[in-house]
Amino acid sequence: MDRVTVAATPDSGSETAPTLPAHDKANIVEVDNLKVHFPIRAGIFKTVKGSVKAVDGVTIQVHRGETLGLVGESGCGKSTIGRAMIRLRDATSGTVRFDGVDLFSLNTEELRKYRRRMQIIFQDPYGSLDPRMTVSAIISEPIETHHLAEGSAKDDRVAELLQLVGLDPKYVKRYPHEFSGGQRQRIGVARALAVEPEFIVCDEPISALDVSIQAQVLNLLTDLRARLGLTYLFVAHDLSVVKHISDRVAVMYLGKIVEIGPPAVLYSAPGHPYTRALLSAVPVPDPVAERKRRRVILKGDVPSPVNPPPGCRFHTRCWLYERLGQPEDCRTIEPPLAVVATTADHHASCHYSDEALKTDVGIAHIGAPLVRRGTPASALASLDQDPATPQAPLASPAFADMPETTGESHASDSFGVEAPGSTHTPTDIQSPF
Amino acid sequence: MVSAEEGVSAADAPTIVELSSDDVLRARSEAVAQAGLGRKADHLLEVRNLSTHFFTPDGVVQAVDDVSFDVGYGETLGLVGESGCGKSVSALSIARLVPDPPGRIVSGSILFDGIDLLKLSPEDMRKLRGKEIGFIFQDPLTSLNPTLTIGYQIGEAIREHMGLSTKAARDRIVELLAKVGIPRPADRLNDYPFQFSGGMRQRVMIAIALSCDPKLILADEPTTALDVTIQAQILELIQRLSSEFGTAVLLITHDLGIAAGMCDRVNVMYAGRIVETGSVDTLFERPRMPYAWGLLDSLPRIDDVRGEKLRTIEGLPPLLISPPKACRFGPRCPYIRDVCREGEPELTARGSDGHMARCFATESDGWIA
Amino acid sequence: MATNTTVVPAGLAKPKAAAGPWREAFGRLVRNKLAVVGLVLVLLLLFCGIFGPIIAPWPYQQQDLQAIFANGNRPLPPFSPNHILGTDALGRDLLSRLLDGARISVTVAFVVQFVIIFIGVPVGAFSGWFGGRTDNFMMRLTDVFYAFPDLLFIILLSVAFRETAFGQALDGLLLVFVAIGLVGWVTVARLTRGQMLALKETEFVEAAKAIGVSDRKIVTHHLLPNGMGPIIVAVTLGVPVAILAEATLAYIGIGVQPPRASWGSLIADGQKYIRSEPHLVLFPAIFIALALIGFTFLGDGLRDALDPKLKGKQ
Repeated sequence: MDRVTVAATPDSGSETAPTLPAHDKANIVEVDNLKVHFPIRAGIFKTVKGSVKAVDGVTIQVHRGETLGLVGESGCGKSTIGRAMIRLRDATSGTVRFDGVDLFSLNTEELRKYRRRMQIIFQDPYGSLDPRMTVSAIISEPIETHHLAEGSAKDDRVAELLQLVGLDPKYVKRYPHEFSGGQRQRIGVARALAVEPEFIVCDEPISALDVSIQAQVLNLLTDLRARLGLTYLFVAHDLSVVKHISDRVAVMYLGKIVEIGPPAVLYSAPGHPYTRALLSAVPVPDPVAERKRRRVILKGDVPSPVNPPPGCRFHTRCWLYERLGQPEDCRTIEPPLAVVATTADHHASCHYSDEALKTDVGIAHIGAPLVRRGTPASALASLDQDPATPQAPLASPAFADMPETTGESHASDSFGVEAPGSTHTPTDIQSPF
Repeated sequence: MVSAEEGVSAADAPTIVELSSDDVLRARSEAVAQAGLGRKADHLLEVRNLSTHFFTPDGVVQAVDDVSFDVGYGETLGLVGESGCGKSVSALSIARLVPDPPGRIVSGSILFDGIDLLKLSPEDMRKLRGKEIGFIFQDPLTSLNPTLTIGYQIGEAIREHMGLSTKAARDRIVELLAKVGIPRPADRLNDYPFQFSGGMRQRVMIAIALSCDPKLILADEPTTALDVTIQAQILELIQRLSSEFGTAVLLITHDLGIAAGMCDRVNVMYAGRIVETGSVDTLFERPRMPYAWGLLDSLPRIDDVRGEKLRTIEGLPPLLISPPKACRFGPRCPYIRDVCREGEPELTARGSDGHMARCFATESDGWIA
Repeated sequence: MATNTTVVPAGLAKPKAAAGPWREAFGRLVRNKLAVVGLVLVLLLLFCGIFGPIIAPWPYQQQDLQAIFANGNRPLPPFSPNHILGTDALGRDLLSRLLDGARISVTVAFVVQFVIIFIGVPVGAFSGWFGGRTDNFMMRLTDVFYAFPDLLFIILLSVAFRETAFGQALDGLLLVFVAIGLVGWVTVARLTRGQMLALKETEFVEAAKAIGVSDRKIVTHHLLPNGMGPIIVAVTLGVPVAILAEATLAYIGIGVQPPRASWGSLIADGQKYIRSEPHLVLFPAIFIALALIGFTFLGDGLRDALDPKLKGKQ
């Protein structure tokens, strides 16, 4: 894999400085002008005819301890960049530094040591676990690979990890296909945690799960983050989920970052028209708000990453471009990631972000005060009245805190595998029949 | 992947659709009224006590268990629930497309425009299915035949059920493609499905669904496989066309946001049963069933206050083999009391506008006001 | 949201205790009636092959000259006293010779397949895992082997080595095994390579890479166990091919040396009596047919039982 180091200072579009910016200790991962291009080969001699520019010049930093959300639609490059960050994909050019060290310059042995510090959780609960291995084997593998424990100490650690993710350790000899999707994801999380990483790339970890299970796994991830001091790169296409879990959010389009900033600002005053279009397209479970939205219906499909449009990549579908009468610089000059007139840590790559800020496109329905229409107060009140109800009210986290659980660990059964013919007393939360 | 030529020219400007609450409601009620002209029954679709079971080596899976609901003429009804709740199987049962073996409709009646579908011969059902019921499935990749041009596939139904001449059929196909927003439709008649992007393929599916002027469209998770901006396009298209043609839509989805935006009325399903039903406004504003509460609470929302931990529904959905005679949501319900374990609640009314829920706690003599 | 296009609705998890993928496959296998028939036939063949000499009424080369003279120098028909299936022209008991033939067939079955796996799997795995130019090169090499006319090659080998120690080993059988194996490994190599290529892209392999598992371990712990299914089926279905090949060779006089009897050589010997004493050809042919049917049914059954589609996603 040939790699040419192309250095660029983060905010300007020119490539003059020959050296990378110095490693800032507050960053755990620093990506500089990363490009990942996949060549397209055709013809008898398999000559390279073009390339899919999955990631086309991304510079970004992940601060230690933060959760950086990465959103975009399919083909924008978010999964590729997540994998490149932990060197599961080779880069065509650019650098990725983990804790100041250039990952792509490491040899196999050195890289393996770094693999302990960075892990990944996959999207597909069905494909990401080896169907021929027991849960015990799956979680032991990383422990064995890095020689972290042996024999009974290893088994203890496996049990500990399972409990940490809310699974009952007694099902450790079962095979993945016996678990539900949400449980399999938990196994995947346990596997990632086995090496005690600092940084985890979460690649759409809940998109393949049922709605009610998504919240469980999301809560699990946030609890683990707090408990273990993890840094996350949270890749997703679901904007509501990303807002919920992230400290900063970056939006990608066709291989580049088009906007980045704290969610409070990004979701209330987006500076890039694409972000506004995305926000306006997300359905909200509130019929009144749905009717109020000013929804941007983008025409056409995403252009091909083989031949991105010239100038600003979004201009071919941009509502603001139309509204402003098709200004020429959108067609010819690629806008740099510049500070938006909201806060200093909010950047967008649009020549006319000020104009975008003036409209309420995409956010008209968000401004409305939220009334969470779920559990009514009367229901919560009924819980206080009835002494027979054994469960804690909904307000407490639905998560098994390890030290308190005894024996059958009933609370953790809420995440546990269906226990065959379980003999729980009726007042407990039961596993399915 | 879409090639550069497939992309949009500046002439196809994106639209900003501004809808006020009144506009939407008025358009919908006009559409529904229009559709109801010349109708033969009270409702286009009346499902009564439908039960569909799957006979597997592990036991009998009661996928749909005694389900009853109506779809009015021109109305958009949502069937909402998570995987395994029986919503897809309900739709397949209505169309009599449940694979047999191992599935079978074991009881109930399905009245479509006054005709009992379960009493029709397979041949008559086939005729009715193509002409009166249109389908939009989740994955346009696998629902379209990759070896036939889309012109042929759209034309199949037209030729079969409408007896048009080749030229007339062709004109209609081009008209349909234009209606669903495919650019340069006349040129694309001879293209194959793989030459279209996901969103475009779904539009082709919609064209096929509408080709014979059906009274009902069954849309099973039509946008789950699509990106969110494409999803917005497709949903807007379905809504616009169903209003324009007065077609009723049975929309199956797990996404409450989509249900909120698209449906006039919503049925919430859980473990093979309908657990709550009502108009979309009532259901989202005043749900009366703990499962609905749990679902709504557990969704992270874009208009959320950040940082709150999500309230979750404990546990997992039940197995559908030999369910016990108790409330099926009980094991996961924080408000459960003894009566919930002793028998199953019925769907009873909550208020007067057709809002019903299946829960002891929220009944008039229940313990949650 | 996971696309779930299976017929039986999701949410159905097995309430029973753990069953590994292999055990489940075995369960599916025994539910398949034809496969069970095949299994029985194969086990029967194995039994005959292993215990042949013990249960045979006569040593395979012993001539019952008395009975022959008494029968006017003609082979004895079936149901003769002491010779339940009759004898050949030299007075040797047919059943015993058939049992010896079974022994040879069983040996052919296992030894040849062993050779095939020993060569084919590593070649395919190596090629598939590394891909690129290595893969290209190795596949062209296998193409060369594939282009050999099998029978001609074996005949050539046999004739060339017939007089050597190698050619005489095991009554001429070693030569046959090696020859059949040498031309037969290509299919398994291709299969293995295909499996490697497909499984390389799965997410659980990606996960193993992310953990830092070495390439070698990924191949042995993840790729091969998951890829074994079609290889097992191919090996099982390859046995009839080998048996038939051996029979063909024996028929034309290559391989097994007299007085050893393989089913093919029995047919060759019995040819000239086909009108008067057809049992000399009929019984060996029946035995061959049963062996082939047995392995074929078993192989088909294994293919259905191990098919990953039945288990859901792989």
